[in-house]
Amino acid sequence: MNIQEMILTLQNHWSEQNCILMQAYDTEKGAGTMSPMTLLRSLGPEPWNVAYVEPSRRPADGRYGKNPNRLYQHHQFQVIMKPSPDNIQELYLESLKKLGIDPLTHDIRFVEDNWENPTLGAAGLGWEVWLDGMEITQFTYFQQIGGLEANPVTVELTYGIERLASYIQDKENVFDLEWNNGVTIRDIFYQPEYEHSVYTFETSNTEMLFDLFTKYEQEAKATMEQGLVFPAYDYVLKCSHTFNLLDAKGVISVTERTGYISRIRNLARSIAKIYVQEREKLGFPMLKKEAN
Amino acid sequence: MAQDVLIEIGLEELPARFIDDAEAQILDKTIKWLENQRIAYSSAVSFSTPRRLAVLIEGVADTQTSIEEEAKGPALKIAKDDEDNWTKAAEGFTRGQGKTTDDIYIKEVNGTSYIYVKKYIEGKTVQSLLPEFKDIIESITFGKNMRWANETLRYARPIRWLVALYGNEVIPFEIAHVKTSNFTYGHRFLSGKLTIEEPKKYEQLLHDNYVIANAKKREAKIMEQLEALQAEHAFQIPVDKDLLNEVRNLVEYPTAFVGNFATSFLALPKEVLITSMAEHQRYFPVERDGELLPHFIGVRNGDEHELQTVIRGNEKVLRARLADAEFFFEEDKKHSIDFFQEKLTRVVFQEKLGTYTEKVNRVKAIATHLAKQLSLKEGKEIERAAEISKFDLMTNMVNEFTELQGVMGEKYAAYFGESKEVSQAIREHYLPKQSHGELPVSTVGAVLSIADKIDTIAGCIGVGLIPSGSQDPYALRRQAMGILRILKEKNWDLTVESLIDDALTVFERSELPMNAGAKDELLAFFASRAGYLMREENIDTDIIHAVVDNQIGIIHFAVDKAHVLSKKKADDDFKASQEALVRVLNLENKVEDKNHKVDTVLFQTESEKALYDSVETIKSTYEDYLKAQNSEKALDVLADLSDDIHAFFDHNMIMDDNEKVRKNRLSIIHELSSLILQYADLRKIAWKQHA
Repeated sequence: MNIQEMILTLQNHWSEQNCILMQAYDTEKGAGTMSPMTLLRSLGPEPWNVAYVEPSRRPADGRYGKNPNRLYQHHQFQVIMKPSPDNIQELYLESLKKLGIDPLTHDIRFVEDNWENPTLGAAGLGWEVWLDGMEITQFTYFQQIGGLEANPVTVELTYGIERLASYIQDKENVFDLEWNNGVTIRDIFYQPEYEHSVYTFETSNTEMLFDLFTKYEQEAKATMEQGLVFPAYDYVLKCSHTFNLLDAKGVISVTERTGYISRIRNLARSIAKIYVQEREKLGFPMLKKEAN
Repeated sequence: MAQDVLIEIGLEELPARFIDDAEAQILDKTIKWLENQRIAYSSAVSFSTPRRLAVLIEGVADTQTSIEEEAKGPALKIAKDDEDNWTKAAEGFTRGQGKTTDDIYIKEVNGTSYIYVKKYIEGKTVQSLLPEFKDIIESITFGKNMRWANETLRYARPIRWLVALYGNEVIPFEIAHVKTSNFTYGHRFLSGKLTIEEPKKYEQLLHDNYVIANAKKREAKIMEQLEALQAEHAFQIPVDKDLLNEVRNLVEYPTAFVGNFATSFLALPKEVLITSMAEHQRYFPVERDGELLPHFIGVRNGDEHELQTVIRGNEKVLRARLADAEFFFEEDKKHSIDFFQEKLTRVVFQEKLGTYTEKVNRVKAIATHLAKQLSLKEGKEIERAAEISKFDLMTNMVNEFTELQGVMGEKYAAYFGESKEVSQAIREHYLPKQSHGELPVSTVGAVLSIADKIDTIAGCIGVGLIPSGSQDPYALRRQAMGILRILKEKNWDLTVESLIDDALTVFERSELPMNAGAKDELLAFFASRAGYLMREENIDTDIIHAVVDNQIGIIHFAVDKAHVLSKKKADDDFKASQEALVRVLNLENKVEDKNHKVDTVLFQTESEKALYDSVETIKSTYEDYLKAQNSEKALDVLADLSDDIHAFFDHNMIMDDNEKVRKNRLSIIHELSSLILQYADLRKIAWKQHA
């Protein structure tokens, strides 16, 4: 099964579970969790079920396309369900079966793994799912987001697409994975991997990036003051990505590092609060819809 | 007729580390409940797997045991009026107990007569009480709890089913919207939903459905399989108890298998291989004659079906991990210690305590000073080891395998040409890793370990990061225990106070501001740790306070004194001496002028002169004994003064009206008190009240 078929299979499966099929969010981010479709929507009482593929950028993991396991940008398949359904484990295992992973011929385990993202003031409890010893999915019940208690609780499933594909296609090198018949990850992503690595580690304009960080931060704050949650959040994402670029280049000393992280966290926390307030002002519309 | 009771909590996969404790709790709480409820039963056993906690109680009686209880009423004089008739109070009391005044009898308590009635409490049917299992289930606590969906209950993982059976009847209750039933589930993949016909068949039913519910039996099965593999392949599997325990709690139906990796990976340090296998993948490493072999043992949660696929998958994962490690190892070796040392200048140890380079410099200053104080010949090695104690934190390998800090330091230091002493000390300075863990063996390692720990402790406490309750993110308590244990084991005559002073002096010199009360906080912190150490040697709390509250001093001497005092506390012959010494200490706060010297000319009585002379005579002997840390003899010398002390108190008015005489007598008290307090504050000991 190529990656394209995998994605289609997962989309169909979760669509059948009444998940809204979303597209990737158009601002750079380090993980699917950071999409507003997860981070903001999992706040507050409104029900929310969504699935989407998220290209996730980790500048520090860039390896010029030379490392068989690490990528500047990889893909996550993200499923968010609020409130968490009682049969979520079964739904998940069914999705694996549809990917051709028969639990009877494999060893599938739920191994404790508690997730925490201090930058987003988020934490959850759950597992990493092991397929014959390999971690293929992060399975998390959110307990806190943006510093706010999650209520009702959202469950998040994050499939590592390339990881899973390397198992399904039995390939040792991530660049050999087939995206669709005849087209590999190498064909599509080798050049961007190489160029992003050169850019991140060598040629990026540090001064400009520092300047951008400050400006994005100011804009996030100013926009927040207007009660405009979504545009403000876009600037938080930009802050985060800019920080990741600077951090990967090694130009942020460790002392400063903590400072930057807490600046982003403060923004995320404020936005989380405002988001809930703004939804409340609107009368939590998704809640009403469900009642109808 | 007696019935069996089965309770099972079905859960999404519990964290392995919580399972044993939770199983112990459910059994313990069940037994306590049965006892409190006066319910007779013949046996109670518990079960646990990652997906369930259960308890089976056999031979449960139909009803609670009935009992007769005595109910106490008002005093007789209130219960009867002047004409010897029962009063309203008496009637009210008996009515309240469901009895009449005819049932009253009288008993005397402390000289007063009261009225009583006997009350028969009829046992209720057990069936009506069993829904209380809801409370038992909800009261189980876990290290970390979560909520799910819209539920308010906090539990280790979501509850998905509940079995509660009394004979073949379901005991009705509901937790977090899950209702009890007689349905359970077998193995997640090899079985499905099952009906339990009767409690007794539970274990067998699960066993037939690929779940070994008894954790010990599951462990035994794993051991059996490991032994079979050992015999088959003629290798040894050294079984780590903790790992076995974890593996047993990760599976419901274990099947062990042998996997392989390329022989070339054996060039990696043994610790890297073991960490990759045991810590990351929960595999058992394999040896022959003490040498690692390129195999590993995994345990699958399931049967033998398509085991080859599972093995291939696991081999692939381990291969990727080891390939990473190999890459890191080769990369790291291309650099030098200086290369990594330079990186430390940019890494912060703790926000308020500067970079790692700054920390290392402080540790070096403390360690070198300690070497001098202890007149150690390894000064040079200590200095070098301190200097490079943290370089490995900057290597790729430690960055990826953080648990190998120190271990890789030793390997790399040796590789880069450092001496054996220096290399070994880098590994050892992280010891002990647990409160009771292994201690550094080498002198260099021990000194470095103490210096590193006291720097962290003094620094953290000095900037206000004081551990409280369960909050001890820098593991300061464990580190303080480490220092005390090393000092004690090495028998080093180094007082805790001087160690604290050394660290604070270094901080002062490096111009890092410490909070004003830092020294007192540190002393109190170490006193409580010393107390903890002594309690583990079964020393009573009062004696601990007597020994460590004023000063801890040299830890092994303090512990020794505590043991001597423990003996004396139980010794009737010591009574007179103890009373004499405590008498002296009790007057210590009356001393007005601590600088006043005893003036022999002012002596009025023989007894005060006698005591003074005795004190003067023993003083140097006593101090010699203290110096020689002879706890027994030092206390004997003090005890020998007891006759003189008693005579002094019996024949002199200490608080004499004549100021000069009074001051003089108090000065004797003061001098003697100071001597006693150097040993211990005997006032704090709860001496036995001798009959």
